[in-house]
Amino acid sequence: MHEQAETRRFARRRASNLMSLLFVVLLASLSVAILLVIVGHIFANGLSSLTLDFFTKIPKPYGEDGGGIAQAIVGTIEMLLLAGLMAIPVGVATAIYLVEFGSGRFAKTVGFAIELLAELPSIVVGVFVWALLVRNVTGYSGIAGSTALAIIMIPIIARSVEEILKLVPNGLREAALALGTPRWKVVLFVVVPTVLPGILTGIMLSLARAAGETAPLLLTSLGNNFFNFNLQKPMAAMPLQIYNYAVSPYDDWHRKAWASTLVLIAIVAIMSGAVKFLTRRWKHESN
Amino acid sequence: MNPIRSFADLIPDAVPAAESRQGAERSIAIRGLAAYYGKHKAIEGIDLDIGPGVITAIIGPSGCGKSTLIRCINRMHEVIAGAYATGSVTLDGTDIYTPGSDPVQIRRRIGMVFQKPNPFPTRTVYENVIAGLRLNLPRKSKADYDEVVERSLRSVALWDEVKDKLHDAGTALSGGQQQRLCIARAIAIKPEVLLLDEPCSALDPTATLKIEDLLFSLKIDYTIVIVTHNMQQAARASDRTAFLMADENHVGHLVEAGPTREIFLKPKDSRTEDYISGRLG
Ligand SMILES: Nc1ncnc2c1ncn2[C@@H]1O[C@H](COP(=O)(O)OP(=O)(O)OP(=O)(O)O)[C@@H](O)[C@H]1O
Ligand SMILES: [Mg+2]
Repeated sequence: MHEQAETRRFARRRASNLMSLLFVVLLASLSVAILLVIVGHIFANGLSSLTLDFFTKIPKPYGEDGGGIAQAIVGTIEMLLLAGLMAIPVGVATAIYLVEFGSGRFAKTVGFAIELLAELPSIVVGVFVWALLVRNVTGYSGIAGSTALAIIMIPIIARSVEEILKLVPNGLREAALALGTPRWKVVLFVVVPTVLPGILTGIMLSLARAAGETAPLLLTSLGNNFFNFNLQKPMAAMPLQIYNYAVSPYDDWHRKAWASTLVLIAIVAIMSGAVKFLTRRWKHESN
Repeated sequence: MNPIRSFADLIPDAVPAAESRQGAERSIAIRGLAAYYGKHKAIEGIDLDIGPGVITAIIGPSGCGKSTLIRCINRMHEVIAGAYATGSVTLDGTDIYTPGSDPVQIRRRIGMVFQKPNPFPTRTVYENVIAGLRLNLPRKSKADYDEVVERSLRSVALWDEVKDKLHDAGTALSGGQQQRLCIARAIAIKPEVLLLDEPCSALDPTATLKIEDLLFSLKIDYTIVIVTHNMQQAARASDRTAFLMADENHVGHLVEAGPTREIFLKPKDSRTEDYISGRLG
């Protein structure tokens, strides 16, 4: 009798375990399903527009079929490079300062500033760069766009590199210090090499995020329908191009918006794939 | 079996090595040393002489400040945020705590091996051995490095085991091999003193005995200080022993120090006797 109750309780517990597992798995599959729908939709609508012209031509005048997004690809790559040049040193140095050297009030202030910067909506960054740079100094330009992207990238880099540096066991730093190594060398030649793949991944993450930013670029680089390699002039970017194509009333342009999305995703995927490949080789060589 | 007699069996007969090295340099004198972690005082009033040519063991209950003490000897204590020390530690007559003395230089003269083996994971066995040279000394030729690597690995009795794996990752070795690699890395820069903080606590008995043999062979060239939890190890491997204990405020004091034989067989302080016999019983 007592045993029977025990068995029943056990059965009930098993059933509720099973139920909750099912529930969680169901919701988890939902996120996979969302991704599949998005990617599937992009492929279905965009694939047909991926011609050679699409990559090598600039957009046609309003309403005409044909043309491509070449100038936007150029603009995005150029602005990302410049933004990376600005944001990577600042972001990485900030993280190194916070983890390896920072203590006391100034470090707290820096940490807090990074925290706030990370929470700033990107449109606010755009407005800020517009007010300070675009209006007074540079005008609508690739430089202004890069600056906005860099401001968005800095906290992402700083925070991810900070987390990664914190994972380095203290024993490693002490081992190097005990050999009579100055602190800066410990950081540069022992700590950073140990987590280089992680640091590169963090940088990648920030580039991927910046590559998709639209709002701040509307206010800074403005967009451009013609080829422009000059960072001092208004510059096209893929998210801006997607926006332009998407809001038009033409079916051909809608397909081009989807195709541009496909290219943007591919660029990001290729970049992160390259980092994965390089870091794996790097790890392999050091073993 | 009478535990005390078993210690007597372990302790080697008085070692003439100490005498033969008399007048040699590399002796350390600790006077009035106190060490703090922020506001917390960890050890206080430590006076201890550490002679060359012998192995000095530091024993005591967990938390009594053994690690803190040994880390004060090469100024590693102060790398922890908020940690500092007062008093003096002299090496060959110069105070390493004198203002203006450079902790980086001091650590090159006083090497350290930690409880957990910590080879650099991105470096090979070979690169681990010469890490100190590569990081801090002028660049040398490949032949010089080869020579240092072989000599250092031979003196930690690791050469034969790893000579075919020199270009594998240092972390790919077994725990005991990694610890010997760390000792090789420490002696590759030719320090005068070698500090070891429980170097065998992560190792099995065979690997432990290997390290003890190794220390025995190194004591001719280095002044050696070893922290250990293991009474047998202190009895077996050391010539002198210092016993530390924390008072009711958790501040560590030196209870007594002297030849290992005396500390283990005829301790002056009853607390030493309690600790040593308690550990065995
Ligand atoms: N990083 C630290 N920050 C603050 N207090 C510390 C720190 N490290 C040690 N202490 C304190 O200092 C005292 C001595 O610690 P220590 O590590 O020197 O003891 P120990 O004798 O080496 O112990 P064990 O045998 O367990 O290694 C302890 O009370 C400990 O709580
Ligand atoms: Mg300790």
